[in-house]
Amino acid sequence: MHSDNRITIPIGPQHPSLDEPGRFDITLEGEKVVNAVIGVGYNHRGLEKTCESKTYVQNLYIIERVCGICSHAHGTAFCMAIEQLAGVTIPKRAEYIRAVVAELERLHSHLLWLGVACHEIGFDTMFMYTWRNREKVLDILADLGGNRVNYGVNTIGGVRRDIDADMVETIRKALDALEEETKHYVEIAYTETTLISRLKGVGVLSHEDAIRYGAVGPVARAAGIAHDVRVDEPYGAYKEIPVKVITDTHADVYGRTVVRILEMQESINIIRFCLDNLPDGPLSVRVPRRIPAGETIIRVEAPRGENIHYLRSNGSDIPDRVRVRAPTEANWHGMKHMLEGGYLADVPITIAAIDPCYSCTDRAIVVKSGAKTDCYDWRGLRQYGIDWYKKRGIDVTALKV
Amino acid sequence: MTNVNLIKKAIEWGTEKSPWIIHFNAGACNGCDIETIDSLTPRYDLERVGILKQGSPRHADILVCTGAVTLQTRDRLIQIYEQMSDPKFVIAIGTCACTGGIFEDCYCVTGGIDSVIPVDVYVPGCAVRPEAIISAVDKLLEKLKNAEKDENQQKNAEKIEEKTETAKNGEETAEQKEEPKNDA
Ligand code: SF4
Repeated sequence: MHSDNRITIPIGPQHPSLDEPGRFDITLEGEKVVNAVIGVGYNHRGLEKTCESKTYVQNLYIIERVCGICSHAHGTAFCMAIEQLAGVTIPKRAEYIRAVVAELERLHSHLLWLGVACHEIGFDTMFMYTWRNREKVLDILADLGGNRVNYGVNTIGGVRRDIDADMVETIRKALDALEEETKHYVEIAYTETTLISRLKGVGVLSHEDAIRYGAVGPVARAAGIAHDVRVDEPYGAYKEIPVKVITDTHADVYGRTVVRILEMQESINIIRFCLDNLPDGPLSVRVPRRIPAGETIIRVEAPRGENIHYLRSNGSDIPDRVRVRAPTEANWHGMKHMLEGGYLADVPITIAAIDPCYSCTDRAIVVKSGAKTDCYDWRGLRQYGIDWYKKRGIDVTALKV
Repeated sequence: MTNVNLIKKAIEWGTEKSPWIIHFNAGACNGCDIETIDSLTPRYDLERVGILKQGSPRHADILVCTGAVTLQTRDRLIQIYEQMSDPKFVIAIGTCACTGGIFEDCYCVTGGIDSVIPVDVYVPGCAVRPEAIISAVDKLLEKLKNAEKDENQQKNAEKIEEKTETAKNGEETAEQKEEPKNDA
């Protein structure tokens, strides 16, 4: 076809298949996508800047509202950053409760994703099933934190809510029911031919491309990259919890579906382990209001992948700089590659397959031209990191990508 | 004339019995969006009372809007509101949709939904529970019914007023007529 046969279709920011505002300009040749331009930023509220004018305690609530789905992952990362700068160790029990909530969050997020993905391919029955089961997780979270979405379990120096014996029983019961349901999902994922043929070969991001674009979370794991912060750089209770990294080699939407469904089973196992080994002790320790000057980076495995928080303190009770790199931000880079070459009908499911979270992503970066700036490509940045550590006497060149 | 009235009645009846909603996120944290969708799924199931989620603003009666309005979504929100056909209603879901809430101080936020378009029902809560959303829709429907009743009542009242006024006028003229007589 000639280039004049091309037409450009704008999708969004309000669109039936998007729950959040994002814009995609899809150029088509016939039914094939030849170019995709991704526009995000509709959800940019300026949270990082606002954080610089509020105290750490106030910021905790703002940071939780970076994203309503993975609020605990953001809250945990922020708290861990503050605790690290203040040099406090939180009680074991608090670490375990944080892990339980994090895994519950992963469960509810994956169930939510599964529902939305099935809705995108017209499998509405499954959408209703998964969202019905998701309520079980939300009930636990509401019991635990008092709220269904932004639970506010974290506090600086520990957790605010305890899991008592009754609660343990309720969670166990709900987990048993959920495990049955998950088995059903696994069966569907492996045997339902319509689902398999609809998802296989759609939105492919190969192993090499996933590394090149820096994909994280289930998107990377579906391409065979065993990357999981809970295992690679364990934090909190994950130092003691056995976590199995789920990977798949399909590298397409089907692979991502399988990874997420199997991860749900893994999450159930982790919660059971935590409940069995819940240590006794206090819930939190006191952390001074003024945080000593310094800077730190924290990595946490959110349901969508690696979540990075940077925090710089100047010694007062207000942070100097807060930076949030949410997992979706890393996954957007491969999106153009995934869309191009596919069909228009596959666009919604391909976008949905990375489980995009716009409110997580929309942070502003100001690039000032004229001023002296350092621009790095991937390799250059890696080299910079290696040199930085070398100066401090650590050799990381032995690590492989 | 009767046809127009009939159509108007049909639309009113339809909106009351089966309002279609459209959902727009103007800069929320996602929490309230999820709860909005949640209220359409089996546990809460708004669909059983005839409420259906629509994709296009042109088909919808109620705009369910979440989140504080960011500078970038502002114009889009107005556009969507204008695309909706009359009669149209807006529900603001969540504290940040009502007032700006936790995002009020952010430099990229203009404030609540009502800083841009008129809002009929406010549902505070961070995040809003699905029960609250259902109650909000219920309140809106009640408001619709009452508005109709009010309209009728108002019409009746106007009629009565007219009548009394004409009667009064009659009296007045009669009085006026009487007055000169007295003078004479
Ligand atoms: S009201 Fe709260 S939970 Fe709802 S969108 Fe706003 S910040 Fe999120």
